[in-house]
Amino acid sequence: MSAAASIEPAAANLGATRIERAFARLQAERRRGLIAYITAGDPSPARTVELILGLERGGADIIELGVPFSDPIADGPVIQRASDRALKAGTTVKTVLRSIRDLRRRSAMPLLVFSYLNPILRYGFERFAEDAAAAGADGALLTDLNIEEAEPYVAAMRKRNLDCVFLASQTTGDKRLAEIASLSSGFVYLVSTAGVTGARETLSSSALPLIQRARRQTNLPLAIGFGLSKREHMQAVAPYADAAVVGSAFMRVVERHGEDAGLGERLASLARDLKQGLAAVSRK
Amino acid sequence: MTSSVSPLSTDLAARKLPDSLGRFGAYGGRYVPEILVEPLDRLEAFYREAKDDPDFQAEMRELLRQFAGRATPLYHAKRLSEHLGGAAIYLKREDLLHTGAHKINNCLGQAILARRMGKSRIIAETGAGQHGVAAATVCALFGFPCTVYMGLEDMRRQALNVFRMRLLGAEVAGVDTGSRTLKDAISEAMRDWAANFETTHYLLGSALGPHPYPLMVRDFQSVIGVEARAQYLAISNGKPPDLLIACVGGGSNAIGLFHPFLGDESVRMVGVEAGGRGAGLGDHAARFTGGLPGVLQGTRSYVLQDDDGQIAPTHSVSAGLDYASVGPEHAWLRDRGRVAYTSCSDGDAIAAARMLSRLEGIIPALESAHAVAEAVKRAPGAQGQTFIVNLSGRGDKDIGIFRENMPELDA
Repeated sequence: MSAAASIEPAAANLGATRIERAFARLQAERRRGLIAYITAGDPSPARTVELILGLERGGADIIELGVPFSDPIADGPVIQRASDRALKAGTTVKTVLRSIRDLRRRSAMPLLVFSYLNPILRYGFERFAEDAAAAGADGALLTDLNIEEAEPYVAAMRKRNLDCVFLASQTTGDKRLAEIASLSSGFVYLVSTAGVTGARETLSSSALPLIQRARRQTNLPLAIGFGLSKREHMQAVAPYADAAVVGSAFMRVVERHGEDAGLGERLASLARDLKQGLAAVSRK
Repeated sequence: MTSSVSPLSTDLAARKLPDSLGRFGAYGGRYVPEILVEPLDRLEAFYREAKDDPDFQAEMRELLRQFAGRATPLYHAKRLSEHLGGAAIYLKREDLLHTGAHKINNCLGQAILARRMGKSRIIAETGAGQHGVAAATVCALFGFPCTVYMGLEDMRRQALNVFRMRLLGAEVAGVDTGSRTLKDAISEAMRDWAANFETTHYLLGSALGPHPYPLMVRDFQSVIGVEARAQYLAISNGKPPDLLIACVGGGSNAIGLFHPFLGDESVRMVGVEAGGRGAGLGDHAARFTGGLPGVLQGTRSYVLQDDDGQIAPTHSVSAGLDYASVGPEHAWLRDRGRVAYTSCSDGDAIAAARMLSRLEGIIPALESAHAVAEAVKRAPGAQGQTFIVNLSGRGDKDIGIFRENMPELDA
């Protein structure tokens, strides 16, 4: 990217990101999106692209690609174990960006990098934004970066027209929800339940009120995640949210079938099943 | 008492921090899953209200006196001082507190706060088990159900403390992830809190983690420095000590001793980290020599990490110092040059523990032995000076490790 492109006025002309276009399309077609999370590098960095392509075949609309971290305080056991395996397999921010570059030769799938703060801090915000944009990523979400501390990161990302997605939860008050939305682009990620990532039996009763509250604070698309793993959950959120995020359910498949050559197809088939749940209900 | 220094510390910059976002300069702050922001705001609001409430202060004072056994002595270690032939060494005897270490100061404060907040359950993390025992103790006293998270490796190393916590009625939840030590116990406690914040108070044990913990824990531990300062000024005609020494894991005993002296410009301070078994990454817990600024478990501070920003493994013979990051206020005091930080090897700590045991009849905790070792290094040649060493805990819990390292005594 040239120096001229990295200053503010030019950035405003860079146009909609792949993520924004994906939500515009979903909205035009009156569909709900599936955002599929996988931990990069599990079972090995070499297989990450193949797994993303499987999710694309299964109908996932956006990929969240997780950078594994040694101390994932927001994650439940399934993603903790996935992170351990990915780190043992040599996954780093660099290998994640390499996977994205490889993916871009074969797919225009919208892709969000999902990470804890420290690996990105160590890589450097400016360098990360530069390299992520060059690799073909469309944005990032940093789980443990709260809006109070986010300014230098957001500035670096915006210069390269990368989306910054922030999280909001049931404990987030309306005023803070509006602040989170105003710092976010692409979409706002709503955390459906208390606790950490990982499949739950039933949808938390706090999920729908949170979506309704967030609607009043922002016009950005709303995705809901944490605890969602099956078709019934998709059916339950489809009338309300613009997209559902599923992570641990996919990583459980990777954990069980990591050695399997057909792993990509297994992910595709789970994605298809979840998509059916999202398609079955008309929006409210 | 005539005093050449003001009765209360007046370093304005020091007393104002942290700022409203919990920052100490570039350090501290809050880096947590969004769901915890509101519970942390609530905790801060309750803490600020309690702190200025005379009822809270009176209850705290009474419990510290009648239950924990405060004030602790400031003891002149004459035989050790004479042996080293230089500085006069005073020991702040936190080891004499109930449960055997300074940790009880913070636990009592947070337990009163938890009750004021209407919480019905307490969770805590522990490394060596000292904070876990103190937490289990105050939970018994207040009638809170208590779950203490502890790495399986630490449970193995500190089996006696595991039993002690259970005897006190706490549930000890083994953590089988990562390095199975303190860091992993903190992560697991944070996950529990993220799920159960409505009913549960997280009793964090050091001046670490997201705001307001570094502020609150420092304030609860400042009783150490406030007492030591008054005790010393009373015997020195108001002349302050020359040097304060404390070990630094998360850094709660050190900040508790140092903070009330920050306004006394002539008082030098040194924090002693775990030098472990060598200088290689993974062999020590010396964050200020081997670490870089980063974010771990809710706060920005110096962090031992690899080139990819993954948290590095640590080692120390003392489980209480065996942590990859350090309290953010220490990072700020270090960058500002107000406090010097150094490290002490496993071997030097064990030797210092042995020296103190033989010369003074005081068996220190391995953590505190790191501070004693620094005094042993600095005292010779420091004639006319006074050192105050924070003897933050007693060594009963470490007898097994001492035995392994002193086979000649077991013959």
